[in-house]
Amino acid sequence: MLDPAPLPDDVAALPSAPLLSVQDVSIAFGGIVALDDVSLQVPTGALISVIGPNGAGKTTLFNCITGLYRPDRGRIVFAGRSLAAAKPDRIARLGIARTFQNVELFLRMTTLENLLLGRHLHFRSGLLAAALGLPRWRREEVTHRARAEQILDFLDLQEARDRRVGDLPLGRQRLVELGRALATGPKLLLLDEPSSGMTAEEKADLVFRIKDIREEMEITVILVEHDLKLVMGISDWIAVLDHGVKIAQGNAAEVQANPEVIRAYLGEPDGTNG
Amino acid sequence: MELRQRYEEDLYLVRGALGWTALLALIALLALLPVLAPGYFLYTASLIAAHIVIAVGLNLLVGYTGQISLGHAGFVAVGAYAAGILAARLHLPWPAAMAGGGLVAALFGFLVGIPALRLTGPYLTIATLGFGIAVNQVLTNWEALSGGRSGLFLPKLAIAGTRLRDHHIYYLFAAIAAAGVWVAFNLVRSHIGRAFVAIRDSDIAAEVTGVNLTIYKTLAFAVSAFYAGLGGAMLAYLLGFLEPQMFTLFESVYYLSMIVVGGLGTIPGSVLGAALLTILPQQLAGLKQFLPLVYGATIVFVMAVEPWGLYGRWLRIKLWFKTWPF
Repeated sequence: MLDPAPLPDDVAALPSAPLLSVQDVSIAFGGIVALDDVSLQVPTGALISVIGPNGAGKTTLFNCITGLYRPDRGRIVFAGRSLAAAKPDRIARLGIARTFQNVELFLRMTTLENLLLGRHLHFRSGLLAAALGLPRWRREEVTHRARAEQILDFLDLQEARDRRVGDLPLGRQRLVELGRALATGPKLLLLDEPSSGMTAEEKADLVFRIKDIREEMEITVILVEHDLKLVMGISDWIAVLDHGVKIAQGNAAEVQANPEVIRAYLGEPDGTNG
Repeated sequence: MELRQRYEEDLYLVRGALGWTALLALIALLALLPVLAPGYFLYTASLIAAHIVIAVGLNLLVGYTGQISLGHAGFVAVGAYAAGILAARLHLPWPAAMAGGGLVAALFGFLVGIPALRLTGPYLTIATLGFGIAVNQVLTNWEALSGGRSGLFLPKLAIAGTRLRDHHIYYLFAAIAAAGVWVAFNLVRSHIGRAFVAIRDSDIAAEVTGVNLTIYKTLAFAVSAFYAGLGGAMLAYLLGFLEPQMFTLFESVYYLSMIVVGGLGTIPGSVLGAALLTILPQQLAGLKQFLPLVYGATIVFVMAVEPWGLYGRWLRIKLWFKTWPF
């Protein structure tokens, strides 16, 4: 992988280094540039949002961070490690969890089983211990079940515990997906439009939950959202993408006042958009 | 409904007085079968046991992991011939030969699993189909290895020099099948079984949740092939004779029909399907040339009427009584 910008290699080793550092990442699909030299520094403990119109490259950015796409250029450093050649499951092990815009759940499993999948990467017992149901595996399974139940409680999903997630409404499915991501015990959580398909009430709950995730579980959060009101209220700062380019970054007021953002996100400033 | 109070209780395979009663009744029935059933049925029962082992393994791969194999007879053949060669040529005792059959097949399963990392859907089906045909061709033409069309004879099953009789073989095979079923139940309720199902339902989500696709896809193939190989070794000892035409594409479809009829992604379904599709052809012995037609029609019928198979229908009946009169 090429590294066009001469960045200091030891940037990640500095004590004040960000948890996640996206450096000049570019990726193109058959001539369409999805991300163009995008950089983003996310400090530990932050809650930041990435916004932008449809097709701006928000989900592509998440796919690059989680290893589903390999960027053409640039690098991504997480907690001092380069994610360049890492596979998605390795990245999950390093402590990055995510949800998907079009909910990717294990639809024929129950809610509890989906959450237990989140604990998968913490299992240490092998094939033989599981195949023979040895006490070693049994103890591990019980521990992880206890953790999954805590997350069920946290997300208020107890009534859905033994239901197949394919039978749940979309708002609940998003919560299950959030629960599965939390169950992995991540350092960094990427939420891809978590509020779409939710009722107003569910959205209000979600805001509190995201705050709790950050403050009580001490997880750093990156939020991709369409609902600007939701984003403005809870983010430390906001990055705006448009056609793969980061056009602005700042707090809610700065971003809202930025003429580039108004043009890209709300249309031409002719007054009709209020 | 009894309430569960500890997480440990979620792991129990058999629950409540009713579950234990049913299990003990089943064990008693199986133990008394040699007394209750006519002599010739013991052979059928042993054959069912071998088919149960194969079907359970195939269901782990197809029903649970979602990787379709149309070449499973290839794994069965590898296991059968490995056991046959270990027993007839190297004079190993039968437990070693059977285990060897399973392990050699598992190795082949691992190797076939590697292309499965890149192939999905119909492409994978064709790759496994090719594997099944290749095994059949190699066994037919490499006579030094397999004995070719003139076949390979196995020594009789014996313990300490005493030849096992039909009901001994039945007990032995029933015990092996029961162990295989028990291990499969253990696997599917564990993190390993969950990883299999995760790959079936959404491999992208499985990956970002920390499931290593390379390890778990090849593991699913290896475990499934181990079952197939063990079942093949049982078949080899039961028949006492092997020849390549016993393991063709038709057998692959036959094994697949067992799990489709019984219920994809269920262990009891594999058992039901294996039993039914072992007894059925024997009852239809006069219509032998129509059997492929019967299997094909059965698969289509089951898929159209009850995609979850016999076991799925049973669960629905149970649910109906549980919630009656609502």
